[in-house]
Amino acid sequence: MFAYIVRRLIAVIVMLLVVILVTFGIFFAVPKLTGTDPATLFVGKQADPAAIEGIRQKLGLSDPILVQFWHFVSGIFAGRDYSSDGDVVHCAAPCFGYSFRTEQAVWPVLQDRLPVTMQLAAGACVLWLLGGVATGILSALKRGTAVDRSAMTVALAGVSLPIYFTGLVSLAIFSYGLGWVKGDYTPIADDPLVWFREMILPWVTLAFLYAAMYARLTRATMLEILGEDYIRTARAKGLREPVVIGKHALRSTMTPILTILGLDLGAVLGGAVLTETTFNLPGLGQAAVKAISDKDLPLILGVTLIAASAVVIANLLVDLLYAVIDPRVRLT
Amino acid sequence: MSDLTRSGAVGEPVSTGSAGAPSAFLEVRDLRIHFPTEDGIVKSVDGLSFQLERGKTLGIVGESGSGKSVTSLGIMGLHTVGQYGRGKARISGELWLDGKELLTADPDEVRRLRGREMAMIFQDPLSAMHPYYTVGHQIVEAYRVHNDVDKKTARKRAVELLDRVGIPQPDKRVDDYPHQFSGGMRQRAMIAMALVNNPELLIADEPTTALDVTVQAQILDLIRDLQKEFGSAVIIITHDLGVVAELADDILVMYGGRCVERGPAEKVFYEPQHPYTWGLLGSMPRIDRDQTDRLIPVKGSPPSLINVPSGCAFNPRCPYADVPKDGITRTERPELRQVAEGHLSACHMSQEERTRIWTEEIAPKL
Repeated sequence: MFAYIVRRLIAVIVMLLVVILVTFGIFFAVPKLTGTDPATLFVGKQADPAAIEGIRQKLGLSDPILVQFWHFVSGIFAGRDYSSDGDVVHCAAPCFGYSFRTEQAVWPVLQDRLPVTMQLAAGACVLWLLGGVATGILSALKRGTAVDRSAMTVALAGVSLPIYFTGLVSLAIFSYGLGWVKGDYTPIADDPLVWFREMILPWVTLAFLYAAMYARLTRATMLEILGEDYIRTARAKGLREPVVIGKHALRSTMTPILTILGLDLGAVLGGAVLTETTFNLPGLGQAAVKAISDKDLPLILGVTLIAASAVVIANLLVDLLYAVIDPRVRLT
Repeated sequence: MSDLTRSGAVGEPVSTGSAGAPSAFLEVRDLRIHFPTEDGIVKSVDGLSFQLERGKTLGIVGESGSGKSVTSLGIMGLHTVGQYGRGKARISGELWLDGKELLTADPDEVRRLRGREMAMIFQDPLSAMHPYYTVGHQIVEAYRVHNDVDKKTARKRAVELLDRVGIPQPDKRVDDYPHQFSGGMRQRAMIAMALVNNPELLIADEPTTALDVTVQAQILDLIRDLQKEFGSAVIIITHDLGVVAELADDILVMYGGRCVERGPAEKVFYEPQHPYTWGLLGSMPRIDRDQTDRLIPVKGSPPSLINVPSGCAFNPRCPYADVPKDGITRTERPELRQVAEGHLSACHMSQEERTRIWTEEIAPKL
């Protein structure tokens, strides 16, 4: 088991290094090869050549790519200094550089944004897991009945309807219509109750989309598992039906659900762009959209790395959970 | 000698339905299990009757699709497994276990009998055990459903049973997962799980089919020893006459969801009275025969259990279908008739004709 965890951790570190390499390549090396100068993006096209040269010195853009890459990686883990003509700016670890637009360090921006996205992801995840899995089990047990058909119809709607539709409809009803919520983000530190009230709509809207997928997956998996020989054995032992379903069948059903959960949770943590935009939540997704339209390379890079790390870490957790659920994984 | 039939002179059709609780430990009367499907009603079991006493072994023999497994699941009340939302299986007839009728009993009462009074061993022990729980956990679970004991006591019981079925180092192996066991050990563990509550009825559904030939005999020996020790009634379901040859007191041959022949094992083996039984005997490899002899398969394939044709279900495959039978049309179904004390057969041919064919044409070639 210990060796398994160590192997997974090494794989995670390698993955993250590859992600850093690729993002670095895209955002720094490619502009260099295509002749677009990041320094021009930073100071603007109208700036005089001396200013551009100064920035180029400061960002180290004239160094060989390998040296730049080394500065970039070591900056993330140990911080780095930007210097030109004796003017030294220290960027503390983890250093993702400075925004081209605001000239603020990227990391504090990410630090600011990430908790909002995490709050959104955590609440929605709990809702979609509980709702999706429960609906899926109910559908499987009531297969072919009106309960099953209506649940699967709602699920189909959930999969098909985009967030900017369900989100706007819910805003129209509960915010503009009934006035129950403001439709605006309130930090949890300001007022936990208002925060909770305002997060309900984003949670439910995001969870609805995923719960629908999980309900369908759970239903299909559950039906397959219920036909397994070991379920028949469990009944032959005289176990009560709730034990057969809730213990023997459910544990097997969790395996494929976990796989999907790792990917989905990672993706949502990287920024639920549509939900954050619809409900005006200052999360990573919103920051990413703005950074892209601003051609703010360091910020895009920071968000990308955070998003990639979220996917990799979520999958690591899933792999570890696999081993907890399925003993056959522990040996391999 | 067993007492399979209650009444009826030789040659008379045997009555299947009678009122009141029977004296036998297990009595199945006119059992029918039908599954409605989109293509029609599958009559997996269609009028099956037999009796079984404690300490006796009944072998149910037949090829795939003859209804033998569905029969065993029906007795256990498990024929609806995996049937969620599909048309409900229809079961009718009477199932008497130790004086209780199971088909009309409360389902929860039948559940409490499962695993305690009647237990089952399945064909493939790898798929029949939950891959995510240890062998010990699964046995402990089986014990604790029916016994109000703490985990420690139940675990001791599990180790004791694993030891009894011949698992080496049972106190260590009890914490292994099924995939860490070999095929034979898994089947031993399944047997331990089935016997943990000293059931009075043990149903073994093809207990050796998924196993290595070398392990098969060990498992059969184990079942026989344990039966002596526990005094249970045992039903062994198999397509292999060799399996039941040594174990069974009585043999019931099923074809197309019905019983075509049943009787004491020695009668069915040495004086079989049905062409299908002859076919099964002819297709069985025998160690005491010349190896150059070819096995004789039963030609054709098992009948569809949907829209079963009227008349004898074996007729299309019967080599003696053209033997003249006076006054009987093809659409008439042969009833089980007594051919000797406790020996019944369902064939339109006269008993003299069958005895002649067996002694003159079939037996010498076997």
